[in-house]
Amino acid sequence: MSTPAPNPAQASRAAARRRGRYGAPALLLAPFMVLFTACTLVPIGYAVHLSLYTEHRSGLGFGGSETVFTGLGNYTRALGDAAFRAGFWNTAQYCLLYIPLMIGLSLLTALLLDSALARAKRFFQLALFLPHAVPGIIAALVWVYLYTPGISPVIDALGGAGAQVDVLGHPLSAVVNIAVWEWTGYNMVIFYAALQAIPREVLEAAVVDGAGPLRTALSVKIPLIRASITMVGLFTVIGSLQLFTEPMILHDVAPGVVSTWTPNMYAYSAAFERNDYGLAAASSVLLALAAAVLSFAVTRASRGRSRKEDAA
Amino acid sequence: MSKTAVNGALVLATVYTLLPLGWLVTASAKNTGDLLVGRTLTPERFHLGQNLHDLATTGDGIYFRWYLNSLLYAGLGAVLCAFVCVCAGYAFHVYRFPGKEQLFGLVLLGVLVPTTALALPMYLLASELHVVNTFWAVFVPSLVNPFGVYLARVFCAGYVPGEVLEAARMDGAGELRTFWSIGLKMVMPGFVTVFLFQFTAIWNNFFLPLVMLSDNRLFPVSLGLYAWNTQTHAFPEYYPLVVTGSLLAVLPLVIAFVVLQRHWKAGLTAGSVK
Repeated sequence: MSTPAPNPAQASRAAARRRGRYGAPALLLAPFMVLFTACTLVPIGYAVHLSLYTEHRSGLGFGGSETVFTGLGNYTRALGDAAFRAGFWNTAQYCLLYIPLMIGLSLLTALLLDSALARAKRFFQLALFLPHAVPGIIAALVWVYLYTPGISPVIDALGGAGAQVDVLGHPLSAVVNIAVWEWTGYNMVIFYAALQAIPREVLEAAVVDGAGPLRTALSVKIPLIRASITMVGLFTVIGSLQLFTEPMILHDVAPGVVSTWTPNMYAYSAAFERNDYGLAAASSVLLALAAAVLSFAVTRASRGRSRKEDAA
Repeated sequence: MSKTAVNGALVLATVYTLLPLGWLVTASAKNTGDLLVGRTLTPERFHLGQNLHDLATTGDGIYFRWYLNSLLYAGLGAVLCAFVCVCAGYAFHVYRFPGKEQLFGLVLLGVLVPTTALALPMYLLASELHVVNTFWAVFVPSLVNPFGVYLARVFCAGYVPGEVLEAARMDGAGELRTFWSIGLKMVMPGFVTVFLFQFTAIWNNFFLPLVMLSDNRLFPVSLGLYAWNTQTHAFPEYYPLVVTGSLLAVLPLVIAFVVLQRHWKAGLTAGSVK
């Protein structure tokens, strides 16, 4: 500032402003950072700490227990447990089936809505989105009823048509269907919003070049909303690893869904059925690590692809 | 590709998404017997009133206690969470300070941590601090949403122009006053969006209450319905209670999403189109 001689009042106000420059942001950030530290960073640190210890019960288990450092012992125990590995295998199969199916359906419905031929767009968007308003546990409850022969109008109708369907005997498809139902509309809205943001000139240019609707969708629209597809992919991967509520409900009715069917259920049963906190903490940390690795892979893969296209 | 094919496919997808909700509506008007044999509904078999009455009286009306708990966890939790997120997002947008982008990066990393992988360590920590099975054990963690901070920053960038803040400062308003009377008002659409998403997340949350709570008077609706559902094998009369209770638990969110369409669409868009 080129004010010749600042009077004292102005100077002190300027000083207060300067203090405000750091004071105000610190004050505004503090509540979130405190909560974030307490509910995210500290639990992660505590889980890592706990995962390195194990409880040794003395003799008959009466003399109390002592906590012993075991290094990576809990991790090798978790990884050495066939049930834990089976949980990851179930999750992998679930991802391979669910992610392409759900993203494919969301993209398809978004492209259909985005086409000039669709009518009642607001109604369709809302109707497809509504499952998101249903808590996961209620979605699972309702679908279990709809899977149960005798109660379900769908299974009965199929049975009447001569098709005997045993959904509860196929836990993987049963869980995938619930997840597809819950998330397709939600992600469709994201894709639809991204499609609407594509500049009209680009689409007109494609039409002028003689591209039909299918060609425009595949070669113009989908590449242009790649950022959204990556983001949805990322959140879907993180969400898939957390799979718990739906299989937990199916656990009661489908014999194929054991209490350690997903890594998350394994951690839960380690903590609450076996009281093995070290093992529970180690499996939670492994789960978080798997999420980190997969997230990294998803972002890396999409970034690599876009860089290649930039170079071309 | 014809108009009929496009709209036909959309109708088919809509039938798939609405069918389970339609079933829920009709099922909640059936008594135990009709529900379990999948009998269709006729006027003389309409039991919704009876089911609601049972819901209000079973266990001294514990269901509506759960409902109030959920409203408290989700309503108050989402308001506070949205406020905390908007404060942080505003600070990230408006100010320059050392280490800012590193700090923001840390917050974004928080988005990637699976919340259920956190729930168990949080339980272990809470039991160390002797706060397990309290209101706070479920309430406090629900105030944190790193993605909300990201959304709030995006919204501030869109709704809070720097010149307006500069003008307020010229008029002698302090930094906090500028935020409170100008910034916060301008970013209200962002506040509502974060609120809506957090309300849904808390209302739907199941894992955290499941590990934290054992006193059923503290349960939210999701956990209460789960507890009832595990009893249906022994007591089939709980089936209509679970179904009718589920319908009531879905209603506030469905209504909120129908009424606030503009906001959740804005939120999803802000999150996706960078």
